[in-house]
Amino acid sequence: MDFLKADHIHHTYFTKTTAVTALSDVSLEVEEGEFVSFLGPSGCGKTTLLSIIAGLFEPTDGRVTLEGKRIETAENEIGYMLQQDYLFPWKTIEENIFLGLKIGKSLSQDKKSYALELLDKMGLKGVESQFPKQLSGGMRQRVALVRTLATEPKLLMLDEPFSALDYQTKLKLEDLVSSTLKSFGKTAILVTHDIGEAISMSDRIFLFSARPGQLHKTFVIPKEIREETPFNARNHEAYPAIFQKIWKELESLEPPGER
Amino acid sequence: MSPQENVKYLHQKYIQSLNREKRWVRFYQAVIFLVIFSGWELASQKQWIDPLIFSAPSKVWALFLTKIQNGSLMVDLGYTLSETVFGFMLGTFLGTFLAAILWWSPLISKISDPYLVVLNSMPKVALGPILIVALGPSFTSIVAMGAIISIIITTIVVYTSFKEVDPNYIKVLQTFGANRVQIFREAILPASFPTVISTLKVNVGLSWVGVIVGEFLVSSKGLGYMIIYGFQVFNFTLVMLSLLVIAVFATIMYQLVELLEKKLIKNNS
Repeated sequence: MDFLKADHIHHTYFTKTTAVTALSDVSLEVEEGEFVSFLGPSGCGKTTLLSIIAGLFEPTDGRVTLEGKRIETAENEIGYMLQQDYLFPWKTIEENIFLGLKIGKSLSQDKKSYALELLDKMGLKGVESQFPKQLSGGMRQRVALVRTLATEPKLLMLDEPFSALDYQTKLKLEDLVSSTLKSFGKTAILVTHDIGEAISMSDRIFLFSARPGQLHKTFVIPKEIREETPFNARNHEAYPAIFQKIWKELESLEPPGER
Repeated sequence: MSPQENVKYLHQKYIQSLNREKRWVRFYQAVIFLVIFSGWELASQKQWIDPLIFSAPSKVWALFLTKIQNGSLMVDLGYTLSETVFGFMLGTFLGTFLAAILWWSPLISKISDPYLVVLNSMPKVALGPILIVALGPSFTSIVAMGAIISIIITTIVVYTSFKEVDPNYIKVLQTFGANRVQIFREAILPASFPTVISTLKVNVGLSWVGVIVGEFLVSSKGLGYMIIYGFQVFNFTLVMLSLLVIAVFATIMYQLVELLEKKLIKNNS
């Protein structure tokens, strides 16, 4: 059985004057331990789909199942990382990384030390009692990753988590996130519009077209790139070819006259 | 001189200039104070202004000493202060509580909207007579005046800040499966803390208005009563004394709230 399954998802946003269809008939499957990316132009409903998979709201039609169970019943099995860290500025780093555990009422000594261990692994030892504003953007995003991983989710959603960072920090974090997730064997979905990021981090890429958001094509990343760290993957000889392939496909999605 | 010593020297000069400016500011503040009070005294003595109406600092001071000695000032001050503090706290707490209810239920918020607008535009002190008839001419009705004057505006301001909390903080909590109580406690309330504190500052002033007007109406004790009594028997020294005492204590309350603000939100964004 598939680990994660999205089955004929439709979603329409209603306002007083309009009904905008963000997603139309999207079906996909993700295997356990797999890292996949949602790639596409803006307005293709990537974030909507991510929110639906995360169970934040229900789709107009269709269903999402995680290990055969409906996603709405799968509380605390999904971790979600946003564009920015969204650490709570009035909480210390320690309080921030315990937040998910506190909400889920599972703040035991074991879980606490697990979260602190993760913080240590991310190279952030000794910042526990500091406040988020005392840390740099990259450090804060790493803390946000610890906060997400602390609840030990089965599925991790990454909603353009590197887009607000400078390039150097972004490359370093990609490596860190990739190796961390691999070592835990986590299943992850990355939303991005950076082709390079999608190729270097994922096992498979789902390419979406916009208005309405539809699954356009699926790319399987060659094994030799998958085995590299994201940074090295960008320098791999097979990288330019797949980049070009996805680039052309993305270009063909642009309606004529734009750009 | 080495560059490092030079920097040190320049820094010291900068600190000196800051201190010099600070001294001048203090000096002029003191001058203004002295000019006002000695001018007042002089004008009153020379009959440039009617001493019966405007009194004089010396007379106010003399009255202050007698009223301290016979203890009556402390009694009145005690009443007014406790009424103001109660009214202020009640207004702020109830206002924040109502804001929480509105946030909790968008439906209630929509239904109550026109009523809030009417209540907010209404001059609350006009409700004074009704309050006094309903609650009796007592401590309770004056506290109610002090509270009612700030409740609605607190509700509106705090509710607006509840709604303006970045939805992404709520999203973070929702991904952890938080319920509405948890969202309120972990994100909405702490994120709105600076707004709540700044309404406290406004409410200090408002509560004084409510309490003084309340005492005008009830006319039995307190600083507001001192004013209305002095007015009726044409003892304006009493009115002036009451005004000065109010000015001092209202300022102290405001400063205390500011101190609280500094303590509570030093770590906020």
